[in-house]
Amino acid sequence: MAINRNFRTCPTTGLVFHEQGEKLIRWNAVAGVVSLLVGGVLALLVILTRWPAVHLLPADWFYLALTAHGLDMLVFWIIFFEIAVLYFCASTLLRCRIAAPRWAWTGFFLMVIGALTNNVAVFRGDSSVMFTSYAPMGAHPAFYLGLILFAVGALIGLFVFLGTLVVAKSEKTYIGSLPLVTFGAVTACIIAVFTIASGAIILIPTFLWSLGLVNSIDSLMYKTVWWAFGHSSQQINVAAHVSIWYLIAAIVFGAKPMSEKVSRGAFLLYIFFLQLASAHHLLADPGLTSNWKIFNTSYAMYLAVLASMVHGLTVPGAIEVAQRQKGYNKGLFEWLRKAPWGNPVFSGMFISLIGFGFLGGISGVMMGTEQLNLIIHNTIYVPGHFHATVVVGTTLAFMSLTYFLIPVLFRRELMFPGLSKWQPYLFGLGMSGFAVFMMGAGTLGVPRRHWDMTFAGNPLGHEFPGAAYLMMGLMALSGLVAIVGGVAYLLITVGSVFFGKKIETPDFKAVTVREGRAAWPARQPVAVAIASHGNIGLGGFVAPGTFTLAMVFLVAFVLYYFVNWKYLSTVWPLS
Amino acid sequence: MSAIQPPPDRIWWKQPLDRVEGTWIVIAFVWCMVLFFMMPYWHIYGKQNLSNEAYRTTPEMFSKKTQEVVDKYTVRTETELKIPVVHPPAGSDVYLIARLWQWWPMLELEEGKTYRLHLSSMDYLHGFSLQPENINIEVHPGYEHIVTVTPTKPGTYSIICNEYCGINHHTMASKLYVVKK
Repeated sequence: MAINRNFRTCPTTGLVFHEQGEKLIRWNAVAGVVSLLVGGVLALLVILTRWPAVHLLPADWFYLALTAHGLDMLVFWIIFFEIAVLYFCASTLLRCRIAAPRWAWTGFFLMVIGALTNNVAVFRGDSSVMFTSYAPMGAHPAFYLGLILFAVGALIGLFVFLGTLVVAKSEKTYIGSLPLVTFGAVTACIIAVFTIASGAIILIPTFLWSLGLVNSIDSLMYKTVWWAFGHSSQQINVAAHVSIWYLIAAIVFGAKPMSEKVSRGAFLLYIFFLQLASAHHLLADPGLTSNWKIFNTSYAMYLAVLASMVHGLTVPGAIEVAQRQKGYNKGLFEWLRKAPWGNPVFSGMFISLIGFGFLGGISGVMMGTEQLNLIIHNTIYVPGHFHATVVVGTTLAFMSLTYFLIPVLFRRELMFPGLSKWQPYLFGLGMSGFAVFMMGAGTLGVPRRHWDMTFAGNPLGHEFPGAAYLMMGLMALSGLVAIVGGVAYLLITVGSVFFGKKIETPDFKAVTVREGRAAWPARQPVAVAIASHGNIGLGGFVAPGTFTLAMVFLVAFVLYYFVNWKYLSTVWPLS
Repeated sequence: MSAIQPPPDRIWWKQPLDRVEGTWIVIAFVWCMVLFFMMPYWHIYGKQNLSNEAYRTTPEMFSKKTQEVVDKYTVRTETELKIPVVHPPAGSDVYLIARLWQWWPMLELEEGKTYRLHLSSMDYLHGFSLQPENINIEVHPGYEHIVTVTPTKPGTYSIICNEYCGINHHTMASKLYVVKK
């Protein structure tokens, strides 16, 4: 079989797309957005049920919808989109043909079949076991089989990504080291391989158990190994959306990393330590020692938190340096005030960064502290945390990237440009409010995954304080704002892809690689690269505004952390 | 040159750190160490630590032990299901069964006294959630978790289930009474 070496160069961005790679990126992104649509409809139903004033669905439908919402969002939407991002980071950024496109398509179809199988199992009604499907609660075998097929497909995608890196190296499509964004994608890929291996270790025996071929599954063993899959899959998201932050900073501002060493070192810390997070879910469980819990829950010694704090500085720092070099060098924040706030690619990315750090990051450390977990475990604080990380952080970052990809990849103009300006604010701020109010309700003890916090008709039920009902109501209202933002996103993306005005480029044609590859970038001498920050910034700091923001973050973090310890010290002594 | 292109400088690892980055890394690292050492610190000086004491058990063994305590110390029954309310002596071993969809029996403890509370599930995972204290502990089948608790204030508390355990999960609730000696 002849190798397809057809490429095209995007006239506006200069990015190089491989014919097969481009199709794969598109279809994976489309499959992701379809999952997002299904998950979004379910999200609305879940919100309207947990809003005590509305309480829409009956109990069985609520638990079904919540199960399907978790899977469609956390697994299918995000991983489809991540495969697209990986192909983009390998094939497009390295100007390289995608390796083994037939395998890539096989993987894609396995993922589609897996996602469908799993969804069918859930919607049949006998697999309302939640995203976590904790054994010994069992689901229909098709539930596990769907997840296994999806994981095998995703694993094939990961190896296609790695294969593409090998092709790029051997065909010399780039010089020197990988671009930082691709390096971040490699990080995501390595974590993903670990994730899928853990998933196989736990889901295959559970599948056999559901068929009656294995006698029993120990609940603690299941939970420990399952979370090596469940939590690590969220760490893929972290690596992926941090890479997208760098990518968008580079696209919108031409920002380069403040220093390659620091940003890459931080990704390396992710590879070493992020996988320990299974322990976050076991802090309130019997059968594991405190030593094990403390070491694992803190990612060794908070070294992955350190990495996120570093990225949280270097991404806006890189933007600040780029802006100051363009002349926005006045005071602390001119660079930020003069940023393109009406461009959804930037505004979405920046809200994602702030929301992930302030809301998701800080609350994550609270819950992941061994003792503090006692006053948070399984309350609605937990979904509050992960909606801040996975929705405000990851999903919003993915959304802002699509605004860039639609004209570049689908060659369509964005429809509803006015609405698209507002979409990141509606979605990002709505979701942030949603997360904060969930955390508030969780602090008051409201349980997660619970159909009826009023315990209607139950003589032994608990009466939550009025403040908890207020929090749940505000949560629902913020959630509805986010839903409006989500609908706007789907309207804009689906509308543009199918009905957007075609972008015609007069000399567009896919050309074979020999003639089509763009010229090598000119090499900068070492001295220029080192001295390149020039005379910008204040007081010897090239990015004083970012540093100020980082200190604000730190103060918020420290205060909130010790407030929680104070609160813990007031509850019943336990030992 | 940007983050989507190979680093311009082939030996990029020799580029010195900016002062912003270096300072922040030091601050963040120090904070991470504080985060880490708070946990062992609280084990030594704090009063709220989850017990590490747990044993393998079976539903049969655990219900037998629970039944013995119920037989000895039941003071009354409540609701139409006649759930026994157990008032064990201060400092003794107290058993609580989690099962679909009930906590059994109900407990009556004395203020300021310390008890060894044994928790286990008969079937699925359950979540022991004491309200409004908001103490939350996971309950596994096959594991007997022994938590030492000291109620500090008299009153009527609720135990709800906050680990999803099936279609009637939201009906799983009970009371815990703390009385003055």
